[in-house]
Amino acid sequence: MRDVKVLGPGCKRCVTTAEMVQAAADRIGVQVNIEKVTDYAAIASYGIASTPGIVIDGKVVHAGGLPKDDDIAKWLAA
Amino acid sequence: MSIWHPTVNAQTSSARWITATIAALVAWILVYSQLVPFSDWVVTLLPVTAGSSLAESIRFFVYDTPKVLMLLVLIVFAMGVVRSFFSPEKTRALLAGRRQGIGNVLASMLGILTPFCSCSAVPMFIGFVSAGVPLGVTFSFLIAAPMVNEVALVLLFGLIGWNVALAYLGFGLAIAVVSGWIIGRFKLEHWLQPWVRDIRSGVVALPTTALSSAERIHEGLVAVSDIVGRVWMWVILGIAVGAVIHGYVPDDLLASIMGRDAWWSVPAVVVMGIPMYSNAAGIIPVIEALIEKGAAIGTVLAFMMAVIALSLPEMIILRKVLTIRLLAVFVAVVGSGILAVGYLFNALFG
Repeated sequence: MRDVKVLGPGCKRCVTTAEMVQAAADRIGVQVNIEKVTDYAAIASYGIASTPGIVIDGKVVHAGGLPKDDDIAKWLAA
Repeated sequence: MSIWHPTVNAQTSSARWITATIAALVAWILVYSQLVPFSDWVVTLLPVTAGSSLAESIRFFVYDTPKVLMLLVLIVFAMGVVRSFFSPEKTRALLAGRRQGIGNVLASMLGILTPFCSCSAVPMFIGFVSAGVPLGVTFSFLIAAPMVNEVALVLLFGLIGWNVALAYLGFGLAIAVVSGWIIGRFKLEHWLQPWVRDIRSGVVALPTTALSSAERIHEGLVAVSDIVGRVWMWVILGIAVGAVIHGYVPDDLLASIMGRDAWWSVPAVVVMGIPMYSNAAGIIPVIEALIEKGAAIGTVLAFMMAVIALSLPEMIILRKVLTIRLLAVFVAVVGSGILAVGYLFNALFG
């Protein structure tokens, strides 16, 4: 079970990012628990400057713009 | 999102994509050069009298719509490729700890080159300030990023002229530099919301991977599908309104209201522009038509800057991190800059 946090104030891209992570996880057969972090202070505490951001098991792997499907799969498998 | 993702065999794939890009560019130039004959030809096909108001409106619409959309696609693509070299995190690292002055100039220029979306404004603001980017430098970035954007510049260049586009670029940057510098001089950090001051996040190190040329071209295509996909309706709507003004509003009707002799029109349009929220794409075609009908160019540019840079929705977002006093300073400083630019433009291009 991977713990995934999607950081973003709730804009469309952030929602899309969460959906992409879920889809990628389903495709490669990894169990994920996705949590959306929308609080600005909480987002900032991860040290990113652009959203959406992706945190997997406490580690920031992506910030700013939609991630690539292949990258998500790579992060989840790592 | 079914856009192609470059993965394997990066080198041959890059060569192929560069070739395709050059071919597309050649095709673009060929089509673009045929737009005037095309619009004339369309008008002759229609059952309207040549030279009539209706014919003029249609010609304006048929010529400007493809022209502006083609320019947009080209420039947004180019900026998408350029921006693949930048990210807010890299920009922040460049700006952290910069002194006032040089920091404001750098921040304003990076504001043009860094990918920015207004939904990201607050996280970016906090991310910058908490990582040691001075407040005034952060403001220079935040003012330049939405105001001096490629969509505005393309439309000004395509519809009004290169000299106005260049002047807009220069004065937009100047407003961002000077406003940020002034806000920095006042040392207003204590007017941030208390919870923002308390964040000491530090900086995350993201894994960086060098992109291939194919991936950068891909970034350009993503930018086109994203930005042009969002603004094309506004462009067409704006040009349609502009076409009606072009064909039907009598020449010089606006000279007395928005002309350069009406000194009060500059502050009036700035105040009017604040609650309006539009993007450059929708507003510039209307501006082109207004200028034709006698509105002074500084007045309409001040209006446009106020609409884009001082929008109410953005202020509501910023209110989350700024106290009302700091927000008021921001509006006052940027508003004065826009007024100054309005008067200056009227004097220069009158």
